[in-house]
Amino acid sequence: MVKVSFKVNGQARALELDTRTTLLDALREHLRLTGTKKGCDHGQCGACTVIVEGRRINSCLSLAVMHEGDSITTIEGLGTPEKMHPMQAAFVTHDGYQCGYCTPGQICSAVAVLNEIKAGVPSHVSADLTARPHVSVDEIRERMSGNICRCGAYSNIVDAITEVAGRKA
Amino acid sequence: MKFDTPATTNPIDQLKIIGKPTDRIDGPLKTTGKAPYAYERHEVVPNQAYGYVIGAAIAKGRIIAIDLADAKASPGVLAIVTAENAGTLNKGRFNTAKLLGGPEIEHYHQAIAVVVAETFEQARAAAALVKVDYARGKGRFDLAAAKDTASPPPENEFSGKPDTAVGDFAAAFTAAPVRLDATYTTPDQSHAMMEPHASIAAWQGDKLTLWTSNQMINWGKGDVARTLGIPKENVRLDSPYLGGGFGGKLFVRADAILAALGAKAAKRPVKVALARPLMANNTTHRPATIQRIRIGATRDGKITAIGHEGWSGDLPGGGPETAVNQTRMLYAAPNRMTATRLAVLDLPEGNAMRAPGEAPGLMALEVAMDEMAEKLGMDPVEFRILNDTQVDPEQPGRRFSQRRLVECLKTGAERFGWDKRAKPGSRREGRWLVGMGVAAAFRNNLLTKSAARVRLDDKGVVTVETDMTDIGTGTYTIIAQTAAETMGLPLDKVMVRLGDSDFPVSCGSGGQWGANNSTAGVYAACMKLREAVAQKLGFNTAEAVFTDGQVRAGNRSVALREAARGGEVVAEDFIEYGDLDKKYQQSTFASHFVEAAVDAFTGEIRIRRMLAICAAGRILNPKAARSQVIGAMTMGAGAALMEELAVDKRFGFFVNHDLAGYEVPVHADIPHQEVIFLDETDPMSSPMKAKGVGELGICGVGAAVANAIYNATGVRVRNYPITLDKLLDKLPDVA
Repeated sequence: MVKVSFKVNGQARALELDTRTTLLDALREHLRLTGTKKGCDHGQCGACTVIVEGRRINSCLSLAVMHEGDSITTIEGLGTPEKMHPMQAAFVTHDGYQCGYCTPGQICSAVAVLNEIKAGVPSHVSADLTARPHVSVDEIRERMSGNICRCGAYSNIVDAITEVAGRKA
Repeated sequence: MKFDTPATTNPIDQLKIIGKPTDRIDGPLKTTGKAPYAYERHEVVPNQAYGYVIGAAIAKGRIIAIDLADAKASPGVLAIVTAENAGTLNKGRFNTAKLLGGPEIEHYHQAIAVVVAETFEQARAAAALVKVDYARGKGRFDLAAAKDTASPPPENEFSGKPDTAVGDFAAAFTAAPVRLDATYTTPDQSHAMMEPHASIAAWQGDKLTLWTSNQMINWGKGDVARTLGIPKENVRLDSPYLGGGFGGKLFVRADAILAALGAKAAKRPVKVALARPLMANNTTHRPATIQRIRIGATRDGKITAIGHEGWSGDLPGGGPETAVNQTRMLYAAPNRMTATRLAVLDLPEGNAMRAPGEAPGLMALEVAMDEMAEKLGMDPVEFRILNDTQVDPEQPGRRFSQRRLVECLKTGAERFGWDKRAKPGSRREGRWLVGMGVAAAFRNNLLTKSAARVRLDDKGVVTVETDMTDIGTGTYTIIAQTAAETMGLPLDKVMVRLGDSDFPVSCGSGGQWGANNSTAGVYAACMKLREAVAQKLGFNTAEAVFTDGQVRAGNRSVALREAARGGEVVAEDFIEYGDLDKKYQQSTFASHFVEAAVDAFTGEIRIRRMLAICAAGRILNPKAARSQVIGAMTMGAGAALMEELAVDKRFGFFVNHDLAGYEVPVHADIPHQEVIFLDETDPMSSPMKAKGVGELGICGVGAAVANAIYNATGVRVRNYPITLDKLLDKLPDVA
């Protein structure tokens, strides 16, 4: 058992954990923040995506003890049913989900994707690696491809992200 | 309420709330992570321990010995359940293989033990210490090799007849001037829903509660009781949210039974989720098929003979993939035959996956139609229109209740720019070969009894309770819309509670029957509530109008909530059906249009455009229904291009049993998708006049993609999935 402390959604949290505990299970089983989902536990589906120190990661591929002092944002930290984050609201408006299980991961990813584009991080489909990338459906689809939606809401998710990107611009 | 005469005008026809593209009422919960799924319900019962399931490492044979000593001594371990200490277990009515194997092993990754420990990490570590000695038996794992041993499967409520015949197929086919005789294959496919099968089990004395993820609550309740050998009334299932099902959660699986057994052994609540790598082999899958299609036609394109034979395999006692069924109904022809044959295979259990039968069946039939149109020198849209039928081709006296396939095809062709389709392999844009494909879609509308209870409180809020499930389909929302429309309330005055086996028994979610039947059941309960309310408020039921939260008749108007002033008003009813589905063939129809581009050098396939035109009765919520269709189109694209459980024919298992190996479409694979619903009501289906779309949406998609690839390249691939290696050596020469 090892002590670890980090910030989750702005709140300081201290835990004593089995070293084998993933960040995902620390959130879901110990902090009971079950909005972050376990789809595969192998970094293959993206359902467990959270934002750590401003970057999106698969929380199932990371041990909790590796995050001493980190700031972690989960879906619960973005908004609530009463006060949704613009990305959450856009997913509702565009019906960018069906069963809802991949949805928190999609939304955390989407929020981070727009920040990555804004920060000038290129992707596989960026035509020029040194030019600033722009929000386009191709950029969104490429960057979101680590988040699987088996219900197949992709077309609507892209519409939701595009709307939020437009509002930000 | 018995529905045995065609629907006339009723409160649903007001269309104040029904038929509107309303946002889902569960949307704010799902998008903020507040919707509770099975494994994460910490609050329902304290002191939950963790179960970890071990799957068999052989496909067939016996366990000689299991050594649990190290596992038992491992930190945190509370109990280990195997077939040896589980007590007598029966097989569920809906299961083909046992959910806890041993000593006999029926298929690879059949569960053989659950290790229960204080924490997930401890349970997983201890499970790795369990040592199992197997005696590997000889199994049959190759459908092609077993094809000649296949036999007609027994008829059951889902499979239909193994053989059908009208006229003289053989003679008519031989005599036809234009003929096609082609064989197609579709692979085993995995549901791969995002939420793994999961359950929390808790016993109170001899009563068991399972918080689980299950599409068919009443089937599940029955099979849990049967498997454990306890009375059905001692079992409660609760499944308010499912992280996808697609048929893979129609049945009770090992997570539920092993959680129950683990909880009994550990004497405390236990939760179990199947690890992702266990899912493909431990649970059900869509079986592979071999399909032979023969079509004979006159030179002007009239089909005179159509024959479809399908082979699939399953474990002993299992069922066939009914891939030939749509061919009995889709096109006119005086001479016709179908045959379904089932081989015994020792692969994991085959069963229903989204549009069982039609999904793989149309992947073959609609390519055959494309091939036949080409032989005839006809446009494939025209060829289909020419061979449309308005009656059941096997019983010409029996009409379709609605059948607007021709309009689907014509509307789609116009919207898609079908007239710009070029000859195969002739349209080039830079390095891309570009083509268009079309397919028809067909899926039956099934009528099933469905019940609900509705409660009116003194705030004027109506609460609906039914064991119906929302598997991402939009059930919460369309049920709320139905109750709001019927009771004359705004949507936010309706609460919907689903998935609890203590609620009235619904149709459940499967076979695209959920929307029509479950809302019709809610409508029936609401009509009964209207009667009770009218009586309380002193109105004549026949005259009372329910609108804007008021009950009105003549110039008297009373607030609906007044009826509940002295206490809740509760009504319960169900919809049940007469023989309108016997008198009329009830089906749903669509056309799918796809544009695909194939890299002339590498064979890489990209889908550029997808369009579906659907005729499926009244669309209760066009926003949620559209999502059902685009999701199904996405799964259809996966079936066409990438999805295949690779069979290890030596050891008998699906090799690519996780989401890295079993590829499903991702964002980058799917373009913008368009869906159009034809304005239609079907008064034969129910008082809702609705049908289903969730499975219609996948039907034919794979063939439309395949036909687009053919049109782009001139290369016909008859073995799915169509991966670039199957095109590469046949692509047109490029400079």
